[in-house]
Amino acid sequence: MKPFGYERAGDVAAAVAAGAEGATYLGGGTNLVDLMKLGVATPDRLVDVSRLPHGAIEALPDGGLRVGAAVRMSDLAVHPLVRERCPVLSQALLGGASGQLRNLATIGGNLLQRTRCSYFQDVTKPCNKRRPGSGCPAREGEHHNHAILGHSEHCVATHPSDMAVALAALDATVHVHGPAGARSVPIPGLHRLPGDQPERDTELGPGDLITAIEITAPAPRSAYRKVRERASYSFAVISVAAAVEVRDGLVEECRIALGGVAHVPWRAQQAEAAIVGAPATRETFAAAAVAELALAEPLRDNAYKVGLTRNVLVSTLSELCA
Amino acid sequence: MTLDTSTLAPAVGLPLSRVEGREKVMGEARYAYEQPIEGVAYAAAITSTIATGEITGVDASAALAIPGVLAVVSRENAPRLAEVDDGELMLFQSSGVAYRGQIVAAVVAESLETAREAAAAVALDYRPTAHDVELRSGHPRFYKPEKVNPSFPTDVAHGDLDAGLAAAEVVVDATYTTQPIHNNPMEPHASLAVWEDGGLTLYDSIQGSWRAHNEIAALFELEPERVRVISQHVGGGFGSKGTPRPQAVLAALAARIVGRPVKVALTRQQLFSMVGYRTPTIQRVRLGASRDGRLRAIGHDAFEQTSTVREFAEQTTIATRHMYAAPDRLTTHRLVALDVPTPSWMRAPGECPGMYALESAMDELAIACGLDPIELRIANEPERDPEKDIPWSSRSLVACLREGAQRFGWEGRDPTPGARRDGRWLVGTGVAASTYPAYRSPSQATARLDADGGFTVQIAAADIGTGARTVLTQIAADALGVDPSQVRMEIGDSDFGQAALAGGSMGTASWGSAVVKACEALLTQPTSSAGTGQQGEGEVTVNTADEVKALSKLSRHAFGAQFVEVRVDADSGEVRLPRVLGVFGVGRVINPKTARSQFIGGMIMGLSMALHEESVMDREFGDYLNHDLAQYHVPVSADIQEIDAVWVEEDDDELNPMGSKGIGEIGIVGTAAAVANAVHHATGKRVRDLPIRLDRLVD
Repeated sequence: MKPFGYERAGDVAAAVAAGAEGATYLGGGTNLVDLMKLGVATPDRLVDVSRLPHGAIEALPDGGLRVGAAVRMSDLAVHPLVRERCPVLSQALLGGASGQLRNLATIGGNLLQRTRCSYFQDVTKPCNKRRPGSGCPAREGEHHNHAILGHSEHCVATHPSDMAVALAALDATVHVHGPAGARSVPIPGLHRLPGDQPERDTELGPGDLITAIEITAPAPRSAYRKVRERASYSFAVISVAAAVEVRDGLVEECRIALGGVAHVPWRAQQAEAAIVGAPATRETFAAAAVAELALAEPLRDNAYKVGLTRNVLVSTLSELCA
Repeated sequence: MTLDTSTLAPAVGLPLSRVEGREKVMGEARYAYEQPIEGVAYAAAITSTIATGEITGVDASAALAIPGVLAVVSRENAPRLAEVDDGELMLFQSSGVAYRGQIVAAVVAESLETAREAAAAVALDYRPTAHDVELRSGHPRFYKPEKVNPSFPTDVAHGDLDAGLAAAEVVVDATYTTQPIHNNPMEPHASLAVWEDGGLTLYDSIQGSWRAHNEIAALFELEPERVRVISQHVGGGFGSKGTPRPQAVLAALAARIVGRPVKVALTRQQLFSMVGYRTPTIQRVRLGASRDGRLRAIGHDAFEQTSTVREFAEQTTIATRHMYAAPDRLTTHRLVALDVPTPSWMRAPGECPGMYALESAMDELAIACGLDPIELRIANEPERDPEKDIPWSSRSLVACLREGAQRFGWEGRDPTPGARRDGRWLVGTGVAASTYPAYRSPSQATARLDADGGFTVQIAAADIGTGARTVLTQIAADALGVDPSQVRMEIGDSDFGQAALAGGSMGTASWGSAVVKACEALLTQPTSSAGTGQQGEGEVTVNTADEVKALSKLSRHAFGAQFVEVRVDADSGEVRLPRVLGVFGVGRVINPKTARSQFIGGMIMGLSMALHEESVMDREFGDYLNHDLAQYHVPVSADIQEIDAVWVEEDDDELNPMGSKGIGEIGIVGTAAAVANAVHHATGKRVRDLPIRLDRLVD
C-alpha cells in the first residue's frame, strides 16, 4: 500500500477545501480501504468525514425523511421511521454487505462505492474505469455478472449498491456541498451510465461532499427483493425495488428501480409507464417487464439476467399488490 | 511402573473440549507468523503477470530506493537450490514463467507495509508466449499418466465394459463437470525462517512438520537434522499445507540473503495461485443395469488438468473401483498439462469429485429403473471389495442408509420430480453415499514420566483445527491409565521424529497407534527407572513402521450417507438448504464433539462445492479471476440451517489400537451429489455441471 496522509475534517468547509485540493473523503472505509490495499485507489491524502455532524435521521414535517451522510447502514436499516415509511430502504440495507460492514459503512460512502468488476479490482489487467483507454476485458471475458442495460463498448460494469436502488425507486435527493456551495442532486441522475467516460461513476466533481439524503415521497407499500448466490454477504445478481399505490384494483402510482443490471441503479420507466393506471395483475406486470427488458442488450454469458429480472419483477409486484 | 487405573473412566469417547481452546480464544496460541522474534524482516512476493514466457529484465532500482527496503530477490541474485520433485518450490531458479501468479521476485523490508509498497515498484519485463489454460473435452494433448495420486493405477478394467453396457437393460451415460476450486484456510500460508549456525528453523503453517523438514533440507542441501520445522497451531489446511509451499522457500531464501529472520504470509489473492487447488474435471459415467437395478457394467472416465511445473493426477475414479460391484468395469484418468498453477490436494482429492459424478449417476439410474435411490444402493451392496477381491474390515453403508432414512423421514417419499411446492419454493430431497479409505502410516512417538507425576507425550503430529491435539491427549490418557489433565501432548515439531501428515484422514490412526505404543512401553518399563528424567529412563520412543507393514490384507474404508432437503426459488433459481444430515460408519469415535465438527465441516464444504465454489479461469490473461472471498463464495452462516451428523455402531478391530477410522474427509464426499439429486427432485432439472448456480435453474 502506498503511504498516505490522514486528517479528520473539523467542519464541512474544511473538508470541501481539502477535497477541492485533491484529498479523498473517507467515510467507513469499507470499500476505499480495500481499493487502497489493492492499489486501485492511491490517494495521497485522506480526509475523514465520518465525524462531521451528519449523523442524524430526522422526520420531515411533510412525512419525508432526512438522513445524514455519516449515518451507518445498520442504524438506518432498523430505524422505526424507515421501517414504517420506506420498507424498501430498510430491506435493501439489510440485504447489503454483512453485519460487520453495515456497522461501519456510511450512507454517503455507500452511494459512492465502486463496482466490484474483477478486472477493475486487479491492477495487473486493463480496465477503462481504472485506467481510461486501456480497454475492457470483461466485454469478451468474464461477464456473467455484468450489465444487460445501458452499457457501452467501454464498460459493462454494474453499480454494486443495494441501498442506491431503493433510493432510486424512492426518488431520493442527495445534498451536496461543493467548492461552489450547496446544491441537491436527484438520485436517479447522481450515477452515470458509462458511455465513453466510465471512470466517472457519478455527476459529482472534485471536492463535492455528500452531506445528507432526503426522501420527500415515502412509500409505505414498497419492497426490495434481492437475488443472490448465497444468503448473505454477496452482491445482487439482480434486484428489484418497487413502491406502489393501488386503489380499486388499479395501480395509481408505481416506482421501480433495478439493481445488478446496469452501471446505475436503473429506474424502470418503461415498466412504470405500462403499469400506472392498469389493473394490478400478473398480466400487467408481465407486459411491463417485457416493455422494460426490450431495452436489454445482454452479453454472451449473461442473457439469463433478462429472464431472471422479468420473473422477479413480476413476482415482487404481484406480492406487493396482493 | 504400575498405576491404579481401576477407578478411571476411559477418556476415549468423551466429548472433550479442545485442550488448546482457551489459548486460541484468548489469542495466545501462536501461529507461524506470530512467533515473536528479534530483528525480523518481512518479505512480500511478486508474482508474474503473464501466463507463459520469460522474464527478460528486473529493474529493482525504484524499490531499493524506498527507505526500509533491505533487498529485492529475483533470479538475478537468489542462491541456487537443489532440484526437487515439486517444481513449485524452485523459486528464482529460471527465467521461465509457467503460469500467471507464479512467484518471480520478492522484496524484503523492515516492515510489511514497506515490503508491499516496494513490491509494486519492482519493474519486470517479460517476453510472453501463447498460453493454453482451458480444460476442454477432446483436448489434443490429453495423456495417460503413469499413476494417479499418490500411487494408484491410472486405469483399471474388469471384464468388458462395452459388452456389459450392450447387454444391460437400462443404461445411464452422462457427463458431469466440476470447476476448479481453491483451498481457503482462514490462516493463509505463512512462514518464519531463522538461520543459525548454518541450520534453519522454520515456523511454518504446515500439515506435517516431519515431511516438511526433509523436503526443505533437500532443497537447501542440508543434513535433515540441520532443519527444524515447527507448526504448533495451523489455521486450516485441507491439503494445501500438506507439503512446503513456495512461501516457506521464500522465507528461507530471503532470510539467508538479508542475514535476518524473515516472515512471509501470502495474501488471500496469492492463495488462488501457488498453494494448490482441486483440478476441474470432466467425468463420463456409464452405468448398465438390469431392470431391477442390479449393476452389470460400471464405467467412469475422468479428464483433468495439471501444470507444466509438476504432474498432479487427481485420483478421481478410485472410489468407483470399490463402491459397487459389477462384472464389467472400467475406470480411467487422462490429464492435460496446461499453463496453470499446479492442482494439488484438497479435502478428499479423488473421492470428492469422483463420488459427485458416480452418486449423481446412481440417482439417474434409480429413476431410470423406477427404484428408490436407497434401495438401488442396497441392492448393489458388494460382499467383498470388488476391486481387490478381499474382505472388508467393516462396511456400514447399508446401516448408514437405513439409519439416515429413518432419521430424515425418507419413507413415503414421492419420487416424482418437480411435484412439491411451498409458495414460490420448489421442494425436494436427495441422498448420496460416501466413502473414504482408512489409512495408517508409520509414526514415532515418545512418552515420558515427568518429575511432577504427569506425563509428556511427543509426536510430530499437526492440529490443523481438527482437534488432533485433544484426541491424542485422550488416547494417551487411556493408554497410561490417567486423567487427560495428567497428559501434556506436544506436537508440531519435526524434532519429534517421523510422523504421518495431517492428511488422507490418517492422522489419528497413525499418530494414535504410536502414542498408544509409546505409553504402553513406558508403563512396562521397570519401576525403578521412572521419573529420573534421564534419556532412556522414564522415557520411551517407539515407531510403528513394523505394525503398519504387518497389517492384514483387508479393505479398510469408512462409509456414510448424506441426506439433503433443498428449496429452489421458482422465480430466481436460488437454492437454499433447510435440512442436511450425514450418517457415518467410522469405527470408534474418539471425541464426539470434535468428530461432529469434522463431519459437519466436511459436509458444509461439500454443500459449498455443490452451490458456490468456482474459480473462474480468465482465458485471456490465464489466471483465476475471482481471487478473493468477496468474489469466491463459500457459505456464510445464513446458508446453513439445520445440519447434523451422526454415526452408527461399528466395531472394527482390524484397524488400529483405537478401532477408529479417519473422519476428516468423508463428510465432503457425496454431499455435492446429494444436493444435485435433491435439486433434481425439487425442480426436475438435472444439473450436471457444478456449481448449481441459479442461472442454471432459472427459466
